[in-house]
This record gives sequence, C-alpha cells and structure tokens, in this order.
Amino acid sequence: MVTKAPPRPAPLHRALRLAVAGGVAAASLMAVPQTAQASAAADGKEGSGTTLTVAVSQSVDSLSPFLAQKLVSTSIHRLAYEYLTNFDPKDARTVPGLATAWRSSPDKLTWTYTIRKDSKWSDGQQATAEDAAWTFRKMMTDPNAATANGSFTANFKKVSAPDPQTLVIELKKPQATMTALDVPIVPKHVWEKVSDFSKFNNDKQFPIVGNGPFVITDFKVDQYIKLKPNKGFWRGAPKFDELVFKYYKDGDAAVAALQKGEVSFVPNLTPAQAAALKSQPDIKVNDAPGRRFFALATNPGARARDGKAFGNGNKALLDPEVRKALFLAVDRATLVDKVFQGHAVEGEGYIPPRFGSYFWQPDAGQRRGYDPAKAGQVLDAAGYRQNGEGKRVGKDGKPLDFRILCHATDPNDKAVGKYLQEWWGKLGIGLKVECLDSVSDPWVKGDYDLAFDGWSVNPDPDYVLSIHTCGALPATPKDSGATDNFICDPRFDALYAQQAVEYDAAKRSALVKQMQSRLYDTGYMNVLAYPNALEAYRTDQIRSITTMPEAAGNLWGQDGYWSWWSAVPAAQASDGTSGSSSTGVIVGIGAAVVLVVGLGIFLGLRRRSTSDDRE
Amino acid sequence: MTSASTPASVARTEPVRAAEGGAPRSAAALAYLRHAAGKVAGAAVSLLAVLVTSFFLFRIIPGDPVKAMTHGLPTSAEQLATLRHQFGLDQPLLQQFADYCAKALSGDLGTSFQFRAPVGELIAQKLPATLLLTGTAVVLYSALGLWLGTRSAWRHGSLGDRLNTGVALTLWSVPSFWLGLLLIIVFSVGMGPIPGLFPTGGMESGTGETGFGYALDVAHHMVLPVLTLVAVGYAQTLLVMRSSLLDEMGGDYLTTARAKGLRDDAVRRRHAVPNALLPTVTMVFINLGHVVAGSILVETVFSWPGLGGLFYQALSVPDLPLVQGLFVVFAGAMIVMNLIADLLYPLLDPRVGR
Repeated sequence: MVTKAPPRPAPLHRALRLAVAGGVAAASLMAVPQTAQASAAADGKEGSGTTLTVAVSQSVDSLSPFLAQKLVSTSIHRLAYEYLTNFDPKDARTVPGLATAWRSSPDKLTWTYTIRKDSKWSDGQQATAEDAAWTFRKMMTDPNAATANGSFTANFKKVSAPDPQTLVIELKKPQATMTALDVPIVPKHVWEKVSDFSKFNNDKQFPIVGNGPFVITDFKVDQYIKLKPNKGFWRGAPKFDELVFKYYKDGDAAVAALQKGEVSFVPNLTPAQAAALKSQPDIKVNDAPGRRFFALATNPGARARDGKAFGNGNKALLDPEVRKALFLAVDRATLVDKVFQGHAVEGEGYIPPRFGSYFWQPDAGQRRGYDPAKAGQVLDAAGYRQNGEGKRVGKDGKPLDFRILCHATDPNDKAVGKYLQEWWGKLGIGLKVECLDSVSDPWVKGDYDLAFDGWSVNPDPDYVLSIHTCGALPATPKDSGATDNFICDPRFDALYAQQAVEYDAAKRSALVKQMQSRLYDTGYMNVLAYPNALEAYRTDQIRSITTMPEAAGNLWGQDGYWSWWSAVPAAQASDGTSGSSSTGVIVGIGAAVVLVVGLGIFLGLRRRSTSDDRE
Repeated sequence: MTSASTPASVARTEPVRAAEGGAPRSAAALAYLRHAAGKVAGAAVSLLAVLVTSFFLFRIIPGDPVKAMTHGLPTSAEQLATLRHQFGLDQPLLQQFADYCAKALSGDLGTSFQFRAPVGELIAQKLPATLLLTGTAVVLYSALGLWLGTRSAWRHGSLGDRLNTGVALTLWSVPSFWLGLLLIIVFSVGMGPIPGLFPTGGMESGTGETGFGYALDVAHHMVLPVLTLVAVGYAQTLLVMRSSLLDEMGGDYLTTARAKGLRDDAVRRRHAVPNALLPTVTMVFINLGHVVAGSILVETVFSWPGLGGLFYQALSVPDLPLVQGLFVVFAGAMIVMNLIADLLYPLLDPRVGR
C-alpha cells in the first residue's frame, strides 16, 4: 500500500503544459502565411495567374500514353496530346483533331488522313503525319507499346506517311472505329530515343513535349499533376494560367476542400454530398446524365470458344421464362428514387440516352415493365409452382435460390440487392447477396448466378457491344477472354459484324439499335438505370465551362478536352478579404501565445534549477 | 494499492538498479554477446520466413491481376496474354517462386503490375512521407502518454487521473478517419468563429517553395494528421505507463528514498519512473515498427502520399509484386524493431539475457 500526500504541482509541469499549448499555438502561427497563400491560390490570384484546381483520387498508373489505362491518366493525355480526331461537345459526332479530313477507299480497307499544318509540338517542332505513322507502327511492332491502346491497331496492316500532311492506314479487314481512334499521337523525335516501352513511364523530365491544349509541367506521385496552357495550340490557348490535378483520396475531404475553395472542381459526388453542397453559396452542383449503365447480368452458362462449359451458374436461369419473370419483378422507378435518390434515369436499352444516335428503347409490346403479378403468372405457366412454404420449386424439385455477385465497394449494389431480395422473395425466389472486394475471380470462372454489371460507354459503342460476341469468349476454360458475361448469340454476332463495317452513320445506328433489341430480348442482361454524373465546381473561380453534351452534360471524363480547355476564370473581384481579416486576428493571437509560452518556459526552467538546488 | 493487478511479465521484486553489479564484467559481456547472437539469428530466420510466406500468402487472394488491372478498358485476348507473359504469370508457380526468391535476395522486389515501376523504387518514393508523419506522431504520443501516464499513476484515483484516463480511453475508441474528418471540417474548412487554418489534405501546397519555406509548408500540412494520430494513439502508452508505475509505487525503495528526505517530485522522476519504463519501452518499439506501415485510414483522409495508401491500392488490384514487397518491408521493420528492443533490454535491465 502506498500512502503519500498529494504533491504540489511541480514547476516543470507547468512549463510542459505551457509548452504543449505553445506548440499548438506555434503551429497556428505557422499556418498564417500559408493560409494567406492558399486562399490566394484558391482565388486564382497566386502570383499574377489564375489556377484551376481539380480534385482527383485515382493514382496515375503511368504518364506514358503507351501504358496508361486509368481514367485519370488517359484524361490527362487527352489534354497533353492531340488525337487524330475529336468528338464534338454538342453531340459527340467526330470532328477534326490532328487530322483535318479523312476518307476511305471503296473497299474500306485503306484510310487516308490529312494532317493539319498548324499543329506544333511544345518544343517548337512541326507535328507531321510521320509522328502519327511512327506512333501506330510502334504499337503494331512492339507489344510493350500496345499495352494501353493496342486494340485499335490490332487490325492494322500497314501505316505510312507519304508526305508530312498525309497519313495512310491499310487494314486487314474493315474497322468501324477508324474515325474514333483514341490514341495519343506522340512526337517521334522524342520517343524514338526510348529503348524499353514496358518500363518507360514518361515522368522524369518536364515539361513533357506534346501538342494538346495543355503541357504537363510537373508531377508528384499522389500529390499533384500540373499543366500549363500550350500558347500555340491550334484551336486557341486555354484561359486559365494553370491547371492542377490535386489528390484527395477521401471524397469527403475533397468536398471540404471545395467548400474551402482549395479546389475548383470535385467529381464523383455521392447523392448526400451533392445535397449538402446544393445550398452552399458560390458552388454549382452539376447533375448530368451519365455515360454509364447499371445492369443485372445473369450467367448464360459460362463456356469457352472451344465449346467446353464451366462455372457453376444456376441452370434455372437458362430458362428464358425465369429471366423474364425476374425482370418483371424489378421496380426501376423505386430504385431510381430510393437508391440513386433521383440522380439517375430508369434504364432499358444498353446504351445510355446521352448517346442520342445509338439510344434505343423497347416498344410497348416488347417492354418488360414492373408487373409482379404477371411475373408470378409467367413462373406458374413455366412450371415453377409455389410449394407449401411459398417457395418456387423448379422442374427438378429444387427451390429457386440464386446468388448475386455484388461489389463490396459500391453501396448501390448492396442497396439494390436488398430490394431484389424483397421483390423476388415475394415471388418465392431466394436471393443471396454476395459482396466481394474483387468480384473478378468468381466472374471469370463463371461461378455466379447473377451479378451487378456496369460499363462506361464511349461515343463509339463498338467496344461495349464487342464484349457480348462469341469471339470475346475465353479460348479455353483456363483462359480469360474479353467477354463481359459469356453471352454468345449468333444473331447478335451477325448484327455486330454488319455494324463493324457499316460506315453510313444512319445505317450503323439502326444496326446498333437492333443489337440492343436482341440483347434485351435474350434477357441475359437487364439494364436497371443510367446513374447521373454528380459533380460540383466553384462559381467564384470558374465563370463558365463547357459540358458534354453541351446542353446538359458532364465535365469530368469527357470525350475530348472541352471542359478544361474552355473554362473561363471568374472575374478576380473576390479579393479574399475574409481570409486577410482573420489572418490579422490569428497573427495577433499567435504572437501573444508565443510570448506567453516563452515566458512560461523561461520561468519553468528557472524554477526547475532552483528546485534541483533544494533537493 | 497492492500488486494484485500487476501483469506477470511486468512483475519485479526489486528495482532494476539494485540488481546491477554481481557477475564479473567480462562474463556479463559474454552473456550479452550470446544473447545478441541468438536474437540476430532469430531475426534472420524470421525475415527468411516472411520472404517465403509472402509469396504464397498473396497467391491465395482471389482475382486475376491482369484482368482486374485492365477492367473497364478495351483489351484483346492477345494483349492479356502479352501482359501475363510480361509479368511472368504464365510460368508455373514453382518457377515463379524460384525467380522471386532469387531476385528478392539480390534486393529486387519485382515490378509493380499497375505502375510499371520497380517495387523497391515505389516504396522508397513513399517511405519518407510515412516515416515523417507516423514517426512524428509516435514520438509525440509516446511522450504524451508517458507524461500523462506518470501523472495519472502518481495521483491515482484522483479526479485528474480519472479524467485523464477517461479522455484517453474515449479518444482511443474513436475511429481515426472520423476524428480526422471532424478536424478537417472544424479546423480546415472552418466553423463558426474558428477560421480554416489548415489545408484539407496533401503534404505540400505545391507552390514550388524550397528550403525553410518548404519545411514550414510540410509542417503546416502535418498538423491535423499528426493531431489525429496522437489523439487516438496516446492512450496505449498512458495505460501501460500508468499500470507499470503503479506496480513500482509499492516498492520499499521508494519509501527509503522518501525517508532520505527527497522531494516527492524527485522520488518519482529519479527512482520510480526509470524502473517503470521497461514495458513502455517495449511498446514504443513495437509502435516504431508500425511507423513504416503508416496508418492507412489517416493517410487516406488527409490524402497523405505515404505507404498506407500504396498498400491499399496494391491490394485492390491485386498488384502481387507490390503487395509482397510491402509485406516484406512492413514485416521486416517489425522484426528489426523487435531485434533492437531485444538488444536494448539487457542494457536497461541486466537480469534480461542471463
């Protein structure tokens, strides 16, 4: 047992206490000059220039256009390099880029592009057809250079540049994407010095030579990417003096930075964040039609090109009547309202409405709207009767119990899963929602019954359609193909082959609509919604900016450089007075605290030395 | 206070200093060397085991790395095959393992799937940021915990003690990302009369400052994340220090010291605290081992460009070489820190290693 008198507060304690308090105060003091600086930057007044700051969260995988695959990297390459063609912000039709004109031979196997004369590399050299030819040839001959965009050149036979303004591409077979080659063209005189394309990340020497609207001037991994306007850009230089992509790994922190004015733009908001920002002054929330679809995929019996079946998908889903009944029991209106909180459009066709020329809707006879009663009748008629416990029982006597693969990282998947459990439960069908961090493994193996699926669609829909062709199936069960959902339907394939070689826009769009109709009828894929793109920007930093589509579109991840190229800085009227007035107060408080702390430490040390003497 | 609550490992019958002397100096040195050699050999074996297990452990993670890497982008089957070949994924597992071991022993941890850069380089790039942030935090919260723990124990049962431990335990149970977000909202965006003093994230403003200006800028960015880590971390040190000091307080040597007429303050500082330090030192070293791994959540909330974020990205692909490399480095740091603690013990307490 220890007994002792409570000690007197020792002088050292007091000193320590003051020191800790002082530390905090000193930190605030330190904050002062930086705060002033930060708000100046936020007001676009840092130095003499204006800065547009965009919050991003995805890490850059590579700054080499031959390797980069993540959206943040490819978006930056869109700004730094000119592509052969671009997409009009109004309606996404093809418009000139590095090429001013293009034509194909009657057999559609030879394409000739006219390269513009007024595009210069940022180091002053002229951009020519030879740069484009070299870029494509590199991708055709070096597999390491084909990592990112190799699918565009896989069908190229020969590429040549007979003169600086003419590029000729010969194809093995016709290819519909020849006016949508999303390949950054690089300067040959810089890149021909690179020896190993699999390792060169293009992130050591700045500025990076390019011919897009911006020049990449600085990059710090997971901190920022800085770009300056290319003053000699043929379409005209961007208006902001600097464009910075700044890292915010956490969405809420990014929203806080927007509220503070540290960033000008934040993409990918949640409905809750958008609702919170809507009432804020100087912030505009852009609720734009998205380019994604959100769908339910059913396992159509996973198989390989060699004909071997694999996976453990539920056989009952091979019955079209079961799929029909399941989708009749899905209330899309409720999902849009409750899960997406209104920030989505009910889905039907495969391609979202923003791509007007390809958008398709089923007609009244074809449509499978919400009709749970009819769903029950369909199941009854198909022989799936309810047993005594209310469970639907298949022809083999087994109850209908399905699994659905869900992305653990996507709250929408979980929420929709709950609704499906309820709706299908009423039909007598069981559903187990299996949420995984990475769903690709069971998916590739075909070990699923249903899955939440979704793709971002390009202005040219070739790719998202190609992933449902038989050719995309894996070669053997051991391989993994490019297929999304193991769909292999000869009628779909025939239409796909037709559209791939159809250069008449109207005829091609008709064929693409027929493909969607066929996909809808087979019922292996069921599009539930087209989620909106939710994003917000500061109106006191950006006066105007071009959305894509121009009427009501999005800003982040556009097909083209329109948003950041077109952004006009707000008038520099907001002079950040609020910042400077509080700065004055803080300076005062900080100085006072430092004084007190200094005094405290001095007194503490003095007392301590005398107390040592006393011992 | 009796010693009933004493953890067995901490129980000591006599103060450390009283145990000094005794055996001849050379014999003691020999014993220490033997102790040290054993510990170093043990650490080396552990490191080797980490190297081996890291390879197989992460092969269990489900997911086709190449497929996951390119998900969402047009990729042909040929491209996938090329990627597989590039990363050696088309080789038999044992062949991959042999390659991995041979390379790892020569210091090459492989090439990251997603960043196309050597793993060692990626880790070296991010390590300083993590060391700076978590290192500062560990030093601060260890010091704060030691100081408050000592105070609490010395005046155990008082209002101050109860308040102290109460606050520490509350903060300890607060999720760090939540506290971080609160701090951002209050001290970064600003709330009511509180102005937004600190940046919302990152490690620097990127204004191109150098030298002292840059150091100030980084320090400014560090305030909130360090504060978060300290707030949720100091309780641990506090509690260990408090309980081990409470055990010492029953010691007769303290009564003797008091009987000599020493001031209470001196008794605590010069006699009780040094003897109570051993368990706390162990914990500080364990925490120092954690410094390398950083704090994924706090690094994420404050967008700190450190290893925690890198580990998260590596796992989500899964980027096998990067995950393996990070695992080896994290585990290695723990092993080395444990080794240092083991080597230090006999110096702090001569009874250890005998």
